[in-house]
Amino acid sequence: MTEGGIIVRVSGPTVVAKNMAGARIHNRVLVGEDHLPGEVIRLEADRATIQVYEDTTGLGLGEGVTDVGKPLLAELGPGLLGSVYDGVQRPLHAIRAKSGDFIGRGLSSPPLDREKRWEFRPVAREGDVVCPGDVLGVVAETPRVDHLVMVPPGNGGAIRQILAGSFSVLEPVALLADGTALPMLQRWPVRTPRPFRRRLPPTLPFITGQRVFDVLFPLAAGGAAIIPGGFGTGKTVVEHSLARYAGADVIVFVGCGERGNEMTEVLADFPELTDPSSGRPLMERTVLVVNTSNMPVAAREASVYTGITIAEYYRDMGYRVALLADSISRWAEALREISSRLEEMPGEEGYPTHLASRLAGFYERGGRVSCLGGGEREGTVTIVSAVSPPGGDFSEPVTQSSQRIAAVFWALDPALAHRRHFPAVDWKKSYSLYTGAIDDWFRENVSAECTALRGGLMALLQREEELQEVVQMVGIDALQEQERIVLTVSRMVREHFLRQSAYSETDASCRPEKAFLMLKAFLSFHTLCRDLLARKVPVESVLALPFREELERMKELPEEGFRETVNALIARIVTEGGRDR
Amino acid sequence: MAGPLVFVEGVRRVTMGEMVEVLLSDGSSRRGQVIEFTDRYALVQILEQSTGIDVLSTRIRFSGAPARMPLSPDILGRRFDGAGNPIDGLPPVLPETWRDIGGTPINPVAREKPSRPIVTGISAIDGLNTLVRGQKLPIFSAAGLPAREIAAQILRQAGTGEGERGPSSPGEKFAVVFAAMGITFRQASYFLHEFEHSGAAGRTVVFQNLADDATIERLLTPRFALTAAEYLAFDRGFDVLVILTDMTNYCDALREIATAREEIPGRRSYPGYMYTDLASIYERAGCIRGKIGSVTQLPILTMPDDDITHPVPDLTGYITEGQIVLSRDLHRNGIYPPIDVLPSLSRLMNLGIGPGKTREDHRGLADQLYAFYAQGRELRRLEAIVGEEGLSESDRRFRRFADAFEREFIGQGKRGRTIEETLEEGWRLLRRLPKDQLTRIRADHVGKRYGTAAVEAGRTGE
Repeated sequence: MTEGGIIVRVSGPTVVAKNMAGARIHNRVLVGEDHLPGEVIRLEADRATIQVYEDTTGLGLGEGVTDVGKPLLAELGPGLLGSVYDGVQRPLHAIRAKSGDFIGRGLSSPPLDREKRWEFRPVAREGDVVCPGDVLGVVAETPRVDHLVMVPPGNGGAIRQILAGSFSVLEPVALLADGTALPMLQRWPVRTPRPFRRRLPPTLPFITGQRVFDVLFPLAAGGAAIIPGGFGTGKTVVEHSLARYAGADVIVFVGCGERGNEMTEVLADFPELTDPSSGRPLMERTVLVVNTSNMPVAAREASVYTGITIAEYYRDMGYRVALLADSISRWAEALREISSRLEEMPGEEGYPTHLASRLAGFYERGGRVSCLGGGEREGTVTIVSAVSPPGGDFSEPVTQSSQRIAAVFWALDPALAHRRHFPAVDWKKSYSLYTGAIDDWFRENVSAECTALRGGLMALLQREEELQEVVQMVGIDALQEQERIVLTVSRMVREHFLRQSAYSETDASCRPEKAFLMLKAFLSFHTLCRDLLARKVPVESVLALPFREELERMKELPEEGFRETVNALIARIVTEGGRDR
Repeated sequence: MAGPLVFVEGVRRVTMGEMVEVLLSDGSSRRGQVIEFTDRYALVQILEQSTGIDVLSTRIRFSGAPARMPLSPDILGRRFDGAGNPIDGLPPVLPETWRDIGGTPINPVAREKPSRPIVTGISAIDGLNTLVRGQKLPIFSAAGLPAREIAAQILRQAGTGEGERGPSSPGEKFAVVFAAMGITFRQASYFLHEFEHSGAAGRTVVFQNLADDATIERLLTPRFALTAAEYLAFDRGFDVLVILTDMTNYCDALREIATAREEIPGRRSYPGYMYTDLASIYERAGCIRGKIGSVTQLPILTMPDDDITHPVPDLTGYITEGQIVLSRDLHRNGIYPPIDVLPSLSRLMNLGIGPGKTREDHRGLADQLYAFYAQGRELRRLEAIVGEEGLSESDRRFRRFADAFEREFIGQGKRGRTIEETLEEGWRLLRRLPKDQLTRIRADHVGKRYGTAAVEAGRTGE
């Protein structure tokens, strides 16, 4: 702690203080009489420029600034799951208890509850020699997530003493030979990636539960995807669906500069919604970092780092973690605002020129890794971030910079959204670079024909696109019968396969097994129609075949018995083709 | 001095955002606000005309406090200027409390999930884009379109849909806060006239900054209005509807200040922080756990040159929970209200509809109407190219459906509809199309609602 800084300038969220010699870049500081938290982002002689994590209204010339002497740290330990934090990890429930329904100024509260006691079950034994990442013991943080208490990076040696029983997060649970006492809580600077042993190739899928993603544009666990789309195209609904149904052990949801009421939906629903795989409330696997658009911009800038640090921490325990950021554009705008207050030379659209490298630094913190410590744990952080391009124009800098790094591009299309086709994924613009790497997994675990089915679907959609252009010009009468069947089947596929209602009880989430089987049924129906037409069966009787309604209602069938029902349907379709006419 | 900005030297005590009084040599005074300072100067934006301010004799007095507003239940029925001074000839409000107009963000964990619909009596909104208490739903208008008439109609008809309609109905604690920013006297008096006639004047608070008032004052007007709204909602338990018109003028004022400060301009020279600034206004809508009141916002903005990708509608759309978009084509065809439902959206709709709130078939019905209308619109475009002959019989039916939907469902005129009437109107139109096409509605709902009147529909459909 060094006191003595003096405010000489305030402009928007930035403050300049003199008399700050000795402060370091990214040190945390307390600004003004209200002790508003801030971070040093530039130093010039004894003048420090500080970004302040709260509204600067009311800060006065000549008020003091204290250097805390440490960077912005995240607190990591049991109790993170189920918490709701702001961008600098202040617990919003505790803040509400202090200041009421509106967020007051200069409030602080420890991120992890100091009183709560956790049952610590040691795994390591006295005399064991431990390294960073080794597991000291286990705490059942929630009924579905066991929290591994690990040796923090930078510590190690023989264990002199290890305890069992119930402890608060600050009480030591182990004592090392060099005298270091290790509590369950550890701190980590949010802007520094947490260490791991080595990166692993992304060969496993990240199952989203959305057909259009899992079948057409699959994401690898440890990969990064971006969802760009103008307003109203359903970015947030997609992010929420992922938070609910994605195959992950831990979800870190960063609501970065978005709407308060949307976060309320998450806050109200997640404690009640249960995860289909375990039957436990979703909140037990979720950490929320919430910095709505009207909360201070500097804290918004910090929020994605707070989020990813927490995600990495659970990754280090060997979990599959998803970091969902909504939206990364708001983060970039915070960066832009701060940069312009610093009077930096602007790059494209006023964004600072370091935007691309900062974004890359963020996305690269995702990945599939072999964790530090003994026992070969493998963890993943998968990043899915929404991008909000102004005017829905994907050529803007945030979309472009993200696209260069993220290997999956789920573009949302306003035209589809206007037709209420959700998720409004534009299959012409979207892509996934992981298909080659993870199809082995799909072939072994889901469907041997997955690559062919995906190809068949893409070909059908592509053909429809071409035919639609013809229809636009000369009308539907100009089409051959075969071509009209393409339009009919592709419409069925769009409406009843690619579309998926986030609000339907049975269809909100769809396992890949079910998705590929549905696709197979649709494609075999197409094959049947083609064959019949080739055998000169009139198009009217082909269109009158009885399977259409069954195919269209497939998505609403329950999990139980689905495989049998649909396999039987496919068999009937194939038999129909073999029948004599 | 530069435009509306004054650089003040030799200031020893100054705080960010505090109000100042600028004393002119002729004895008059102007108000201003500190927007930046260093140890050499303070930067003050003048809220009124800067005429007459000179470098030599003008003095500045710092108040030491940010802009605050006196509040009490007596503000209902009052009229203020854009900077919170009474202009209705009555004495200042006797304050029960003072609040900073900048407000502080509602703690996200204190927010209550909005769940109660507001029935506006307009089918295009109630049926397809339901407004929910605590929501912020802007009207995207354009020059010459009747946004103000629609806003006034909503005011007249809005209610819970349970009891009597209208803001003056007994038993409802309903208040309107109206903030006019840079609109003409004629437009403002239209609203004032509406308030008088709907009997809502006693439940209305008006803040008006007209087109010929100082531009910079507009930056404060919505903040005064929302401070009053928050007080009425969360201290006094009113359901408050806030009308902000016109947000495009507000953004232009923001741009004026940014340009005067020689900031790096963003798109169309609006400042890069406009998203954050607009959010500090729009996000002041919502409901709070354990409190009865709510703040619902209905901002109106003009899309310059009908361009929805212009920064003002674009950034607004990213913050608000949907938008109601007006269409020039519909307006030209004499359809009132000319709401284009395809780009319109209410994100909170699902929270406000369904059994116990509106009706169990609402969601499916809305989806189906949307889908058919979108299809019909697409076919209409096609027809323009290939002619009616180029369409198949079933396509023609969809095309006719789109026409009827615009004329009968959207174009309801000035008369309000109950939610039942709106839904029934939707079903009436759906019966023009074959039952097996209704794939977006649950089968049991189709069975219940479609079948009964199918015969009659078959007749009227031709």
